Amino acid sequence: MLRSGRRLSAGGCLLLISGCSGLQSSLDPQGDGARWIADLFWPFLTISVIVWTLVMLALGWSLLHRRAPRPDPLQTDTTNEKRALIVIGSATGFTLAILAVLTTLSFFTGKSLAELGAHAPLTIQVIGHQWWWEVRYQDASPSRIVTTANEIHIPVGEPVRLLLQADDVIHSFWVPVLNGKRDLIPGRQTTLTIEADRVGIYRGQCAEFCGLQHAHMGLFVIAQPRADFDAWRNNETAPAKTPTDPVAQRGQVVFAARGCALCHTVRGTSAGGNYGPDLTHVASRRSIAAATLPMTSAGLSAWIADPQAIKPGSHMPKVDLHGRELTALLTYLEGLK
Amino acid sequence: MSVRPEPHGIRDDEIGDAALERLLADTWKTPKGVWGWFATVDHKIIGRRYIVTAFFFLALAGLSALVMRLQLARPDGRIVSPDVYDQLFSMHGTTMMFLFAVPVMEAFAVYLVPLMIGTRNIAFPRLNAFSYWVYVLGGLMIWVAFALNSGADAGWFSYVPLAGPIYGNGKRPDLWAQMVTFTEVSALAVAVEIIATVFKQRAPGMTLDRIPLYVWAVLVTSFVILFAMPAVMVSSSMLIMDRLINTHFFNPGNGGDPLLWQHLFWFFGHPEVYIIFIPATGFVSGILPAFTRRPVFGYLALVLALISIGFLSFGLWVHHMFATGLPQLGESFFTASSMLIAVPSGIQIFCWIATIWLGKPIFKTPFLFVLGFVFTFVIGGLTGVMVASVPLDLQVHDTYFVVAHFHYVLVGGAVFPLLGAVYYWFPKITGRMLSERLGRWNFWLVFLGFNATFFPMHVLGIQGMPRRVFTYPDVMHWSAMNLFVSLASLVLFTGFVLLVVNVIVSLRSGAIAGPNPWNAGTLEWATPSPAPGYNFLRMPVVTHREPLWHKPGELLVATGLRADARELISGTVADAKPQMREPSPENSIWPLFSAIAVGIAFVGSIYTPWAVVWGSALSAVPLVLWFWPKGTPEDEE
Repeated sequence: MLRSGRRLSAGGCLLLISGCSGLQSSLDPQGDGARWIADLFWPFLTISVIVWTLVMLALGWSLLHRRAPRPDPLQTDTTNEKRALIVIGSATGFTLAILAVLTTLSFFTGKSLAELGAHAPLTIQVIGHQWWWEVRYQDASPSRIVTTANEIHIPVGEPVRLLLQADDVIHSFWVPVLNGKRDLIPGRQTTLTIEADRVGIYRGQCAEFCGLQHAHMGLFVIAQPRADFDAWRNNETAPAKTPTDPVAQRGQVVFAARGCALCHTVRGTSAGGNYGPDLTHVASRRSIAAATLPMTSAGLSAWIADPQAIKPGSHMPKVDLHGRELTALLTYLEGLK
Repeated sequence: MSVRPEPHGIRDDEIGDAALERLLADTWKTPKGVWGWFATVDHKIIGRRYIVTAFFFLALAGLSALVMRLQLARPDGRIVSPDVYDQLFSMHGTTMMFLFAVPVMEAFAVYLVPLMIGTRNIAFPRLNAFSYWVYVLGGLMIWVAFALNSGADAGWFSYVPLAGPIYGNGKRPDLWAQMVTFTEVSALAVAVEIIATVFKQRAPGMTLDRIPLYVWAVLVTSFVILFAMPAVMVSSSMLIMDRLINTHFFNPGNGGDPLLWQHLFWFFGHPEVYIIFIPATGFVSGILPAFTRRPVFGYLALVLALISIGFLSFGLWVHHMFATGLPQLGESFFTASSMLIAVPSGIQIFCWIATIWLGKPIFKTPFLFVLGFVFTFVIGGLTGVMVASVPLDLQVHDTYFVVAHFHYVLVGGAVFPLLGAVYYWFPKITGRMLSERLGRWNFWLVFLGFNATFFPMHVLGIQGMPRRVFTYPDVMHWSAMNLFVSLASLVLFTGFVLLVVNVIVSLRSGAIAGPNPWNAGTLEWATPSPAPGYNFLRMPVVTHREPLWHKPGELLVATGLRADARELISGTVADAKPQMREPSPENSIWPLFSAIAVGIAFVGSIYTPWAVVWGSALSAVPLVLWFWPKGTPEDEE
């Protein structure tokens, strides 16, 4: 279930009422970072509306007030000129004061954001690829390192530190209801801290143009109670279950024989490619192809049958499988929970 | 010809008006025929060409935006492929910034500055012709490439590594980078001409504090161009070298850095916005006096505001890079500097409103566009203050909020004054008035269409819609607003079509303008419309900021220039005291051939580094002929 997120935050949604709802609305914060930014947005918006209204009133009045015609364009009225000078001087002082206030507010929000991740117990590495997200849970013990794709499970209420890297071009990690965005830059490591207040599934997507399928590079952050999170992580740590069903067993053969294993890893089997997403527990994920399709039989089948029709330019090639091969492969993959 | 040439030439004080007019017309004429058309160095003819060409590119960029809106009208749109969509938005941005906005501002400056400061031609007129041809060739190259499926596809700022040697598609990034080189060469040339013209060729008596505000604006802009454009030429050359000869400026694997590109690009890219915006404020200051029947209020404050905007524009490039992760101290500096630029911008707005308040408004089309400008630009300025805040920017950066913001600034802040300028100076350029009736329709359709198209984009951005996506899924709740935006863009488009209709109709049957249809106060209105090749029969002398209002019907003139050779008055920088009679170059075909040779070298160097070598030799030939001494005794004191 996706959160529809229609809960209106704070009182001031009158003007941008529609801006407050939606899966990726930055004004529907579900965690500390996004909430602090939303709290900063409202004073900025209020002041902007007031300033604009004042300027428009001044303009309207300057257009409409009554005055004599001006036969000589160079004739001036010293009193009025002086008055205008005083008004302009005060307006400029007022502008400076407003900017000082806004800069200060902005500074303190920025400071809080920077300190958000200072004591994050959990660190997750996120690597951007054209056009999917690789997610690695760091651990001191190599056997506990977990690799998955396009969804990030986090324990609810705990700040989680993301180490962001890019494998090919620049991407930008952005889950608007949790925090602002941060670029993933080849050759660098950037960091971002996210925190979710309540259990839920939060959508995000790549925000820096990264090529043909930039539009289809989404992800989900799944915030769970700590116990559920630990259980999920234990399950992910385990290698893939060996299929027992004969159709699924045939599917595993297809996986190895028809080239899937060249790019994809299924831990616990001979499939060890590292070009595409790790598929060890693929069937437990919510989506396929970076939040492009739901993880259903139909979705999986459509994707494998012709990835280029769904996501043209994607690095997943179309492999010609006949019907029985496809069925077997699907059965195998759907067993990878 | 009744007067025979004297050894020292025929001076303008030796003959009567009628004879002088004939002689000057002959001296400064652009010969008829193809040769004359290509060889002219008349700033008015070149300026006119520049304007028409820039509007042609505006049409191309506008049409690409329409196709984009067609695609985004519905979720999961399939009207164009992602590849075509990427080319469309890249060509849209590239064309608007490099081939429309900057050139059109320079085009008006090329046309207007010599007239407004009372001289006979722009400084370095052959360079001016050269700059136009280089610009046209660069624009043609990139659009021919687009027609051949090689249009730019990495956005108008072509971030590496996406545009780099590994991920860039075919020759697309190289063509983009060379288009930048073409247009920057031409922009730098015009900047140099404008600075020299304003500094040295002002009418006697036009001291610094009598320079029209529009001229101040383009002067400041020219300095900004001079310091900003080299950064992008360096970066686009580095990009081409990375791609062609395996340098590693931007390759992190070999000690390069993708962020180096961003710093260099935005060190140009942010001033670029002001290169477009500052001349537009000049239009506003230029248009207002005629329609408020008084000089602009706060001349000194406005000049200082222009200069400080010019300086400040170099201190805020990093606000395009907040999402790359900066140290907090750096963030605070660039937040403060980005917000600070609101102060001089605010002062300008206040002075203009004071001008209207103290004057007597006349609601003609140019004035309507100025009012539309204040309405929209203030919104763009305020959202600019929002994106200057690092935390807010981290949410709205690279979303439709930013798309809305910069269209408010660039269309509201620059295109509205530009359209006002078209209506205001069209009579000077063509001799005929644009239709006021069509003008009002034009204004209201553009104004309403613009706001209906771009205001909802703020909301889409807040709702999380990133920019540069070729489509979006229906579940995101963005569909209804996108459909609305797409429909509204048709209204905006219709507004621009009306402008074209108005121009075509008025060229044939518009009312005859006369020299000064708006009863304005600056020098360009002191000569017939359209201005003759020599601009002014006798060189005006200026004793007031609004010379034509100061003593209506009387304009002092300076004498002693030759009428049988191209000469103009060159004076001191601060006081415009005449120093000498400066010869002004004759028409020449060689700027055209130089531009072609340089163009061949530029295009060749997309494919082989050796083009730089043989291209230099090739370009040297027309350049030598261009500068070949003619043995005329021109340089007498």
